[in-house]
Amino acid sequence: MKVIAPSRSPGVAPRGRSRPRSRQALLGWLYATPTAVFVVALFAVPLLLVVKMSMSRWPLLTGDQGINAPDNFVKAVDHRFFTDSVVFTLKYTVLATVLLLALGLGLALLVQESSRWNNLLRASFLIPSALGLASASLLFYVLYSPYASPLAPVMDALGFTFLGSPNAALFSTVFLIVWRYAGFYMVLMLVGLQGIPAEVYEAARSDGASRWQTFRKVTLPLLRPTLALTTVLCVTGSLLAFEQFYILTKGGPDNSTITVVQLIYMVAFQGQNDLGVAAALSVIVLLALILINVLQLRAFRTEEN
Amino acid sequence: MVAPSRTTAPAADEPPPPPPAAGPARPRRPAGVTIAGIALRTPYWVFTGAMGLIFLAPLLWTAVASVSPQPGTNQVNGWGFGNYVTLSHYQAGIWRYLANSAFVSLLTVALTLGISFLGGYAFARFRFPGRNVLFLVTLAILMVPYATLLIPLYVLLNQVGLQNSLVGVALVLAMFQLPFATFLMRISFEAVPRELDEAAMVDGCSSFSALWRVLLPAVKPGLITVGLFAFLAAWNDFMAPLILINDTERMTLPLAVSNLRGQVQGVVDYGATEAGVVVLALPCIVLFLLLQRHYVRGFMSGAMKG
Repeated sequence: MKVIAPSRSPGVAPRGRSRPRSRQALLGWLYATPTAVFVVALFAVPLLLVVKMSMSRWPLLTGDQGINAPDNFVKAVDHRFFTDSVVFTLKYTVLATVLLLALGLGLALLVQESSRWNNLLRASFLIPSALGLASASLLFYVLYSPYASPLAPVMDALGFTFLGSPNAALFSTVFLIVWRYAGFYMVLMLVGLQGIPAEVYEAARSDGASRWQTFRKVTLPLLRPTLALTTVLCVTGSLLAFEQFYILTKGGPDNSTITVVQLIYMVAFQGQNDLGVAAALSVIVLLALILINVLQLRAFRTEEN
Repeated sequence: MVAPSRTTAPAADEPPPPPPAAGPARPRRPAGVTIAGIALRTPYWVFTGAMGLIFLAPLLWTAVASVSPQPGTNQVNGWGFGNYVTLSHYQAGIWRYLANSAFVSLLTVALTLGISFLGGYAFARFRFPGRNVLFLVTLAILMVPYATLLIPLYVLLNQVGLQNSLVGVALVLAMFQLPFATFLMRISFEAVPRELDEAAMVDGCSSFSALWRVLLPAVKPGLITVGLFAFLAAWNDFMAPLILINDTERMTLPLAVSNLRGQVQGVVDYGATEAGVVVLALPCIVLFLLLQRHYVRGFMSGAMKG
């Protein structure tokens, strides 16, 4: 669970004649300068600016009009779509995460063994993940349309459309996301499965465990680090969903599929043109995301003990 | 779980295991050579084959539909490339958008490779004050939502005269690539034995020429992975150009194809959209097929860090 590779203990570090400590530090900074410039100019400064914007009146066209805290936050929370978008985003996140992780694990178990056929299968599960989310959304936009879709006769016969009702739109979008990302999660699960030593399975088998028992009692517990990583990734990605809804459902029908990030975009650039309120929403999303991720990691940790 | 295909090893060479130990629960299936073996494995093949087909079908269908006749498109009678003709005449023309996308993607790849190559070297081989802080802050980019950064970046880029600029988009996209790229380059450099560059420096190389001549070939696979991911991300990115670009002349391809829908009095030209998806997807799929190993390796190193 360590992010940083084990740093070498100072005793082993080669402080040879050619590289005294100060010179080494200088060279190190020299090579790290481009990274530092990018991180400061395009990450740290914008992050501070968004906090400042969230506390200022900041229309899109006229720019900074001075501090007005906490008006933006009040306006953000009072926005007529705020509650709906939060509820919808959470609903979508739970649905997408459960389906993607289950399917990712299922596919990984299916193609775990290396054989020519399985390699072919892995590649075909993985190909959609090379597509951009925008391209995939456009593809399904046509696939779901009542006119150009090969499924149009089915839609006619059953009298429904894929994007016609709020629930249909939600499930259709989740299907698109599962199609696009299942291969990605399959690979992550495969990496986790490969980390489980074969002896553990041998032991389980000699104890007479059934397949299901082996899966429940051996595979799942030993896969916990992988499951933690994939859950955090999937929840984060789903909470920030934008393209799929912006392109596929355009927030409709009846504004039923507006996600939080879409709301930020709407407030900032579509109609309202209020960057201050959009920044306040962004700060709220950032804080919520950090909180949710900390809670998730803690949940996975405590279960471990 | 022991999947059934473990038995694909040549069963004939194996000494038969003591039958009682194997037990009735786990019959050994020879590698599908016998009729019984084929019969047993057919459902597995059918099921997995169908799964694979579900994933491929939307792509295949789009490719076929983009050249097939369809009412309401530029390809009404017979098969042909009418939809692609529509696409090529859309607004500034597809070549313009292709060039914009290629420019943004290549600049993003170049910036990401250059920065993470030097940065990975610094983090892996040097100890300097602030090293861990800088590394952690770089990784923290992953934690911050895209939209949270794009709103202030829109303001900042306006102030430095990079509004509505493809260079600005590439700078932003390169920044978003840095956590993954820096992390991967760092572990690539750490995997190279230190003796290699130290020997070069004893021989009189400067640290830079050691980096360039000795370490560059050693970390090439890492660079290919980083470059591939940067390209795919930049080529496909939708939100950064959507917010940062407002001139139709400077749109990137995903934005142009997305705007293509509903241009003509709200009537959607599905055929042209299909053609656009094909043009968008083709480079990605070709790169994926060519560099599949590097692609999967990138995911795996991402998983390791968990």
